[in-house]
Amino acid sequence: MTEVRISINGESRDHDVDPRTLLVHYIRETRRLTGTHVGCDTSNCGACTVLLDGAPVKSCTVLAAQADGAEITTVEGLATNGTRSPVQEGFRQKHGLQCGYCTPGFLVAATALLEENPDPTEQEIREGLEGNLCRCTGYAMIVDSVRWAAEHPEGHVPTDTAGAEVAS
Amino acid sequence: MSLVGAAVLRKEDPNLLVGRGTFTDDLHPAGTAFMAFVRSPEAHARITGIDTSAAADMPGVHGVWSLAELSLGEGEGIPPLPGVPGLERPALADGVVRFAGEPVAVLVADDRYLAADAVEAVDVDYEPLPAVASIPAALAEDAPLLYEPVGSNVVFGIPWEDDAEAELAAAQNRTSIRLVNQRCAPVPLEPMVILADASAEGLTVHVTFQAPHHLRTKLAGWLGEKEHRIRVIAPDVGGGFGSKINFTPELFLAPLLSRQLGRPVKHCQTRSEAMQLMYHGRDQIHDVEVGFDDDGRVRALRNMISQNVGGYPDPNGMGMAVLTTWMSAGCYKIDKVAAGFQNVVTNTTPIAAYRGAGRPEATYMIERVMDLVADETGLDPADVRRRNFIGPDEFPFSQPHAEAVHYDTGNYEAALDKLLEMLDYDTLKQEQAARRDDPDRPLMGIGMSTWVEIASFGPRGSLEGFGHLGSWESAKVRLQPDGSVVVNVGSAPHGQGHETAFAMIAADELGVDYDNIIVRAGDTETMPQGIGTMGSRSVPIAGSAVKAASEKILVKAKEIAAHLIEANPDDLELRDGGFGVIGSPEDHVNWQAVAHASFQPGQLPEGVAAGGLDEQVFQEVPNFTYPSGAYGCVVGIDRDTGEVRVERYVLVDDCGTVINPLLAKGQVHGGAAQGIAQALYEAVVYDDAGQPQTSSLLDYLAPAATELPAFEEGRVSTPTPVNPLGAKGIGESGAIGSPPAVVNAVVDALSHLGVRHLDMPLSPEKVWNAMNDNGATS
Repeated sequence: MTEVRISINGESRDHDVDPRTLLVHYIRETRRLTGTHVGCDTSNCGACTVLLDGAPVKSCTVLAAQADGAEITTVEGLATNGTRSPVQEGFRQKHGLQCGYCTPGFLVAATALLEENPDPTEQEIREGLEGNLCRCTGYAMIVDSVRWAAEHPEGHVPTDTAGAEVAS
Repeated sequence: MSLVGAAVLRKEDPNLLVGRGTFTDDLHPAGTAFMAFVRSPEAHARITGIDTSAAADMPGVHGVWSLAELSLGEGEGIPPLPGVPGLERPALADGVVRFAGEPVAVLVADDRYLAADAVEAVDVDYEPLPAVASIPAALAEDAPLLYEPVGSNVVFGIPWEDDAEAELAAAQNRTSIRLVNQRCAPVPLEPMVILADASAEGLTVHVTFQAPHHLRTKLAGWLGEKEHRIRVIAPDVGGGFGSKINFTPELFLAPLLSRQLGRPVKHCQTRSEAMQLMYHGRDQIHDVEVGFDDDGRVRALRNMISQNVGGYPDPNGMGMAVLTTWMSAGCYKIDKVAAGFQNVVTNTTPIAAYRGAGRPEATYMIERVMDLVADETGLDPADVRRRNFIGPDEFPFSQPHAEAVHYDTGNYEAALDKLLEMLDYDTLKQEQAARRDDPDRPLMGIGMSTWVEIASFGPRGSLEGFGHLGSWESAKVRLQPDGSVVVNVGSAPHGQGHETAFAMIAADELGVDYDNIIVRAGDTETMPQGIGTMGSRSVPIAGSAVKAASEKILVKAKEIAAHLIEANPDDLELRDGGFGVIGSPEDHVNWQAVAHASFQPGQLPEGVAAGGLDEQVFQEVPNFTYPSGAYGCVVGIDRDTGEVRVERYVLVDDCGTVINPLLAKGQVHGGAAQGIAQALYEAVVYDDAGQPQTSSLLDYLAPAATELPAFEEGRVSTPTPVNPLGAKGIGESGAIGSPPAVVNAVVDALSHLGVRHLDMPLSPEKVWNAMNDNGATS
């Protein structure tokens, strides 16, 4: 067993892990943060994307032991004080998800993309999300979602809606 | 304000966006152990020995079983999976394996790592048998047989009922073509996952599945258990596309082993396993003959379909070819159509439903045929289509070759007109000519597909043959004492946005605030019975059930409301979150008061029973629906590499009434993405010995954002009279209409080189070869 100290979304914990434990399994099963998903075993789909010291990584190809001492951000850490981040709000406003399985990976990857390039073109968004697969959408509305987030860095300004909230 | 038709944001999203979805693998009851399979590396082999002892002795391993070692608890063997009578698939290989990856043993260990270790420790001896991996190989003379007693690799077929030879011969022109609709993998992002818990009384199964009630019924029969002791829950489901309605071994073995071990048992497919074990789709070869006149009118069509059903024929897979025959005429009036099929077994993964199930193949065929006719007559593909369309005033239209096929409504020409206008077709054609002459610019092609499909699987008899209890769908609407509403629906979603769509329908019908409505599905305990989500049946049928149940609620609610404000029920209207007297603004009672009173006998009018407002409807529909549309694709082809880029993609859809344009758009985009991917990228490939060459996402090219285009959308609307909503369904449209649009565009781009046809997927290599053989490719 290997001792690791890993901070996830600002909370640091010590654990003994089997050295071969994948970071994604550590996150999901040891830390019980199940927003991060596993969609493949070849690091092609990106459903397991998390930020490791600020950089997007596919947590199915990182060992928990390699993340010892690291700061991890998962999808659960994107919202602050219960308010969706601009990227999360963009996916809501622009219908950037359907089944939602790939969504956490996209949200994390898009967050990293906008961190690096706050005003990406459509092509830059597509290239920035190349490592994530979605099977429900055709990506067009994911691109729109990220675009929305780039245009609304302050996040969502609640509008006066009666009952159903209609797309902006 | 009516919500139906508005772009209402989804109720589903807030949880999914912050990582609070609940997918099956997110659940970990205490004591959960993991189930894993030992899978065959051989495509066709006799099993001569299985030694499980080393694995069984490993620490953390709870048991290892071959088929012979499994029992239902009375020392007897276990039944095969539900399947085609006489050709059922055993839960584990029964002496012979018939496709690579077929499970031959199962084991349970403390965690997924130990389970994977134990799989490696099981020793299986195989005596390889000659394998067949394709339709031509399986049909060859002296081909090895998968099922000796059948005497052939053709397990079921119907010849074309009435040969079209006379009509083909009478037409002014005649041509033929062989079209291959390649095998595709559904690839929902979430692979198959099941968590079965029989550690307490009864059995609870959480599973990533599209039809939980159907599974409960099958589990009960298989395990010899009463249905009331089994609860099947499909929580959040990470996509399905038809793949999650098939009965595969894990669905039966996890509950069985949970019962035997007295602890929860979970199985999570890896993606590599899913690529081999999750049933594939398509895999049809069409031998087509077409007779047509000089003016492009198609007079006769003969389509003989050979479908590769894999190593074990699945009932869903067997039925797909029937739908292909039904839809062989597309949206055209063809004097004579003869369509038949044969289902062929091979040493490959079984096939079953995948997004569109049988209709993409028919559409690909007839839409390629229309372009062939255009090519041979020298007419524009748009004109050929126009000359063959069923006219807008000819509905309902019965296709003479298929007894069950009665097109409800449509306006195919309007969709084509809209498409051509959006494409700016004439300008595009000029540009195409200019680019052809400019060696520095990519070649350009314009393709179109004017398609019709069959959806809303609901008429009596349409699903019963596949073991469902009916073809209806159910909805249960219940008022809470505070006037809020719970809607339960029988069809269990996997990403389509049912919660939103059904809440919108109920909100409109009841005049209850959208935010005060919650929709629940996917749990056999909360819905007495349901069918499932497939074939674009949920909005047309389950949505109609929600509407009908709401209407029933209203009848009783009105009586109560009238009693409370001392009015006549006939004078009431839905108003301001409750009921008001028509023309009398002050006489009003809100839903909360009505709902509250409904539980209190003292507040009810005479003859109205207490017990709340709670109504359930099993909705039947008299016919299928026939969504249609016109899709256009503009491609650019790199002259040096053969790479195809989709430059523009226009989707004109007619799905009748649109409940929520956002949801409809999402469904169409997703379908189109899968259809474009079939045309350009995706193919499940086996070598001649049946070894899979595409067993992960490294070698099976599911497209990313960089491969797919932006979409331009238009709409034509011909609501269906088949259901009270007028909705036709839209889940499969994109996947059905897209492959021919893309292939027609690529062939169009290369037509001046003498290219007449190319089989999907149109890889750069294939296109480059076609360009450089200068027309040598057929």
